[in-house]
Amino acid sequence: MLRYALKRLLSLILSLAVASLVIFFVIEVAPGDPASFMLGINAQPDTVAALRAELGLDVSKTQRYLNWVGGMLTGDFGTSYTYRTSITEMIGQRLWVSLPLALYALTLSTLIAFPAGIYAAARRGKPGDMAVMGATQLGIAVPNFWFAMMLVLIFAINLRWFGAGGFVGWDKGLWAGLHSLTLPAISLALPQGAILARVMRSSLLDILGEDFMRTARAKGLSRRQALWRHGVRNALIPVLTIMGLQFSFLLAGAIIIEQVFFLPGLGRLVFQAISSRDLIVVESVVMLLVFAVILVNFLVDLAYAAVDPRLRART
Amino acid sequence: MNRNLILGAFLSSIFVLAALVSFVWTPFDYTALNIPAKLQTPNSTHWLGTDHFGRDMFSMIMVGARTSIAVALVAVGIGIALGVPLGLTAAARSGTLLDEVIMRGNDLVFAFPALVIAILITAVFGAGAVNAIIAIGIFNIPVFARITRGGALSLWEREFILAARVAGKSSARISAEHILPNVTNLLIVQGTIQFSLGILAEAGLSYVGLGAQPPTPSWGRMLADAQTMVSIAPHLALVPGLAIVLTVLGLNLMGDGLRDVLDPRLRVART
Repeated sequence: MLRYALKRLLSLILSLAVASLVIFFVIEVAPGDPASFMLGINAQPDTVAALRAELGLDVSKTQRYLNWVGGMLTGDFGTSYTYRTSITEMIGQRLWVSLPLALYALTLSTLIAFPAGIYAAARRGKPGDMAVMGATQLGIAVPNFWFAMMLVLIFAINLRWFGAGGFVGWDKGLWAGLHSLTLPAISLALPQGAILARVMRSSLLDILGEDFMRTARAKGLSRRQALWRHGVRNALIPVLTIMGLQFSFLLAGAIIIEQVFFLPGLGRLVFQAISSRDLIVVESVVMLLVFAVILVNFLVDLAYAAVDPRLRART
Repeated sequence: MNRNLILGAFLSSIFVLAALVSFVWTPFDYTALNIPAKLQTPNSTHWLGTDHFGRDMFSMIMVGARTSIAVALVAVGIGIALGVPLGLTAAARSGTLLDEVIMRGNDLVFAFPALVIAILITAVFGAGAVNAIIAIGIFNIPVFARITRGGALSLWEREFILAARVAGKSSARISAEHILPNVTNLLIVQGTIQFSLGILAEAGLSYVGLGAQPPTPSWGRMLADAQTMVSIAPHLALVPGLAIVLTVLGLNLMGDGLRDVLDPRLRVART
């Protein structure tokens, strides 16, 4: 297990190194000098030079890359060109919106998907199964930002159960914070829940055909007991892998959903940074998102190997 | 005949037809502003109503279909053109360093969700339909590479491939002449799915302003414009939203149907 974990860790570090190189050089290709952009076209050359030095832009590209990566390793993402404040602080504040939103959505999608998938598998081919499969087909086809707009129209504008957007902040209490994240989380959870329900169903159907399920029934367990004790537990392994993969879609999906609900999360930070050409912020947030995705997949791999020893042997 | 396939093909062809017809005819000029006729609900003159500038929604949906389909189609094309050769190469050189490099490269691209790639590209080159195509296309490459490699790997063990090797054919020739035709079914099914994902992605990118720019109509942009007026004119959001849902639903059903028809083994437990 340790050898497997070390091998995966090495691959994680390598992936992060390549990702950081790609992101840095893609942003480096960007036309225009941030210092000249900030000061406008009438700026004096010596003022621009002074600002370049202040922003750390006057050193070689290699040095800048090393400074950027070295800074990130110590938790220092640099200084925003536009706001002149620490990017680490900006990201920290925004993460308190984006991360709970992604986790909230993941929880909701699991709560929808597990019962729906198990129900459909247990009633395979019957109207209940077909209804669930039809609903999930629709769930996958609905763009989450449009679903979000419909939720706002119904639950915020017509019924007034929720606000139409914005985030009250966690200092108003956990309940108030969760309440303002509920509609965004539901809209994020819908397509992911639909996919997860389908995976749950097919994984469970595969398990139900296994010999050990027949043995469980032969031992005298009822269909329901066999399903819950042996079926669901074994079906969970592939489902957990998909959930890990979905986390990245939730984080990325949150970028768009934050726009619909005007939530002050990472997504809005990125779009504001793009419009003000604050490329160092874009660079750092993108790196953070990629890091999150790679890390989650690494953890899923480890968890998977811990549960299923065959996997360790194979790789 | 497969029910999913028929329904899916029917839904998708409506929108493909709308896109094609829009090149020669739309009920109104989709750029023509007519402020006195603004925000009309669907009626006999404007079948799907008008927007806040009095533009005909039906015409905009037709031209928007063109944008969505073009972006998604080219993006799938990029994915196939680059992903399939990579997948074939990886399978032919299975277990070697080249295979490892290609597959790890794939994993790396997967770590950048499509939207994040789009954000990077937009940050550097600016927003636009072409950049949206590139962003969605890049994300499609590993999908096709992986599915081609997976399909090809099992074929390499088959006897007819061994026979071709004994006959002295190079692995590149075997890949092109024997492996590729046998993974085509897989690629058609995956292509349909990626096409529908591409339409969703294009809508999402246009919605946040990273996709097609005005005056080119796109369903995502129509939704973005509708957002502030959704309470007074819900049809502004309903119409383009339903267009997206029906197209994507149609393509997904078609993908499922094609999978059933092309690979009967998968008929049993589908996800």
